[in-house]
Amino acid sequence: MLYFSKLRIFSVIIFTLILSYFTISNFFKIDDNFFSKNIKLGLDLQGGSYLLLEIDNKPVITQKLQNKVMELKNFFKDKNIITRNYTVDDNSIIFDTTPDKSDELNNILDDDESEINPYYQQYKSHEFDFVKDQDSFKLTLSKYGLVLLKNASLDQAIEIVRRRVDEVGTNEPNILKRGNDRILVELPGLDDPGRIKSLLGKTANLTFQFITQNTEESFGTEKLEFEDGSENAVVSKRIILSGDNLVDAKPSMNSQTNETVVSFTLDRVGAKKFGKATSTGVGKRLAIILDGKIISAPSVREPIIGGSGQISGDFTFQSATDLALLLRSGALPAPLNIIEERTVGPDLGQDSIDAGIMSLIIGFILVVLFMIYKYRVFGVIANLALISNLFLLVGVLTLFEATLTLPGIAGIILTVGMAVDANVLIFERIKEEIKSERNPIIAFDSGYTKSRTTILDANITTLIAAVILFFMGSGPIKGFSITLGVGILTTLFSVYFIARLFTAFYVIKNKEKESLI
Amino acid sequence: MREISFNKFYKSFNILSIVLIVTSLILLVFKGLNYGVDFKGGTLIELRTDLNSANIKKIRDSFNQLNLGDVSVKNFGNDTDFIIKFEKQNSNDPKFIDNIKTKLSGSIGTVDFRRVENVGPKVSAELLQSGIIAIALSLAAMLLYIWIRFEWQFSLGAIVALFHDVIITLGVFSLFSLEINLSIVAAVLTIVGYSMNDTVVIFDRVRENLRKFSDIKIFELTNISINQTLSRTIITSATTLLALLSIFIFGGEILKGFSLAMILGVIFGTYSSIYIANPILVVLKVSQRTIVKEDKD
Repeated sequence: MLYFSKLRIFSVIIFTLILSYFTISNFFKIDDNFFSKNIKLGLDLQGGSYLLLEIDNKPVITQKLQNKVMELKNFFKDKNIITRNYTVDDNSIIFDTTPDKSDELNNILDDDESEINPYYQQYKSHEFDFVKDQDSFKLTLSKYGLVLLKNASLDQAIEIVRRRVDEVGTNEPNILKRGNDRILVELPGLDDPGRIKSLLGKTANLTFQFITQNTEESFGTEKLEFEDGSENAVVSKRIILSGDNLVDAKPSMNSQTNETVVSFTLDRVGAKKFGKATSTGVGKRLAIILDGKIISAPSVREPIIGGSGQISGDFTFQSATDLALLLRSGALPAPLNIIEERTVGPDLGQDSIDAGIMSLIIGFILVVLFMIYKYRVFGVIANLALISNLFLLVGVLTLFEATLTLPGIAGIILTVGMAVDANVLIFERIKEEIKSERNPIIAFDSGYTKSRTTILDANITTLIAAVILFFMGSGPIKGFSITLGVGILTTLFSVYFIARLFTAFYVIKNKEKESLI
Repeated sequence: MREISFNKFYKSFNILSIVLIVTSLILLVFKGLNYGVDFKGGTLIELRTDLNSANIKKIRDSFNQLNLGDVSVKNFGNDTDFIIKFEKQNSNDPKFIDNIKTKLSGSIGTVDFRRVENVGPKVSAELLQSGIIAIALSLAAMLLYIWIRFEWQFSLGAIVALFHDVIITLGVFSLFSLEINLSIVAAVLTIVGYSMNDTVVIFDRVRENLRKFSDIKIFELTNISINQTLSRTIITSATTLLALLSIFIFGGEILKGFSLAMILGVIFGTYSSIYIANPILVVLKVSQRTIVKEDKD
């Protein structure tokens, strides 16, 4: 175990140097993509905001079912099958057909290549599961149908979230999918997420609908509140124009009233629709509705055919800017709820870094002194291994651009404490071997050999804990498991290659000495 | 080196351990654990006040006026820093935190919110569940590993020692109402790894000695093995504890609970390797035949 070939010595040195280089590169700025890798600091160290959003998919499902009803009606009409008595509840559609057609309808829905109930070819499951009760059919979204629907709305939502966050212009935001109904938003450096939260909390569904003369709801109309809660108005359910037709929106000043307004530009289709509606509706009040609340309801004085307009409504410059931003980025398919939020201020982050580094230095010095006290020359060797271990560990973390968190720093310190274990096991074993073996080289050799399985066992157990933590843990805790796990691997390397190399040199040089260890 | 007769005290320490475990279990069942916002849901605010005159009572009074339900206020590190926790969480209202800040500034002067954590009930339930699963999984993985590496008598000893360490550590947390949060789960998992590591080192030696000496009874043999590995046990626990103490003292308030749990775990883990794992080998009458049979397979 004490013999090293020249090639091996060379490889160990090169490997250690390369990783050490990456460690050191964290402290310098290098203008090269490959070589300027840096450890990323977690939000708990650099400060920032972590938001977990969950989509409320209910409206998406309701919308889907309502659209499906239309599809079903038209589809069966073309096939000359009479369907009627459609009802829609939370997650299913119920309808009847005539007794003579019920089997045919059943076959259509059950067909592997069914057009109206697709996906079977791809997923071995239809979009809808259905139950036939004589002439009545009940269609429920199948597991796959639901997953596909949720994924589609999540993809759409994540795109909108990204646009909104980008528009605010925060520093390197990180936006990720979590499962099939959650979005994780990490905003480094942001210590007050209030604005982002209010932007993400709005669906931003904009519609233009005419206000009717009625004061009570009736068929085709709905009663809506004004944004400021001051009054109600009954509006027609017919949507003149929606936010989809907007191509641009920005805050501006109305020169006549000196009010802050949001001016918008419509696409061609939108401009046409808007022009037509406003020319037939001169004198009526047109309600501008955002997320079910009326922002304002100006009277139409003349047809608006230019494809642009203004929204007024007691805006401050900030709220006009935000509304314009929301309109530009588009509507979310469904409301988002913020279900977890963690924000760390930048000064707390810096304090944590300082405290982490302080405890690392002190812990390191304590362990180093203790090892020298216990083992003298071999303590120095173990310490050299410990220092290279730190360089290797930080080097690996840098190379993979891992995220360093506060618990991650704790993991490094813990590694310092536990890393000497392997060398201690070896040294203690050598001490025992020397009692029965006169030749120190043989004693050292068998000390290494006999302690090997124990060291592997001992490290694998900790590695198991680290791996489980990596897969089960979240955020900062993941950072801990990474440093702990990588620390075990670098520890084994530093013990078996670096410390053993030094030990070999020392023992071979001093083999004549009495009481080597 | 003089041998220490650890085995003389097997019985007395076993009784002590049983008492500790039973006490811990009683505490865990009747007093329960003090879950932080990670697992209970709610809001945590770490704030720094400008004035030295701000004290816990004043801050608590100001928070009580805000109708947030049950509010807990604690000093955090130094005199100007406080941790405030309450069950109400309303992360969907973007003004929620801002409003608290404004109202607080009115009553106690400038405050700096250094950290805000807001965890909804669904997320906290999931975090708790995944924490429990993580600990259960790691125990199962350790069991599997040691089952592959050793004979069942050894596995049983190691696993009992593991449960011993985890239960007593949690018992201490319950006794002093220390907060259980995500980092404590990480600490418990690391304790599981460390305790196993410590036990495995002694067990490896027991097995080696079983092969070497056929005429020594297991009662004596465990004692010899413990003594042979004793200096390693002491040195490794010492260096690990030095590192952990350094985190505990200098690592800042956030890591206090984590490092405390680890310190307890290392102490109990070292103790249990000697006084729980080994006596079980004695009780199970492990002998050379136990491992020779295995070797033939």
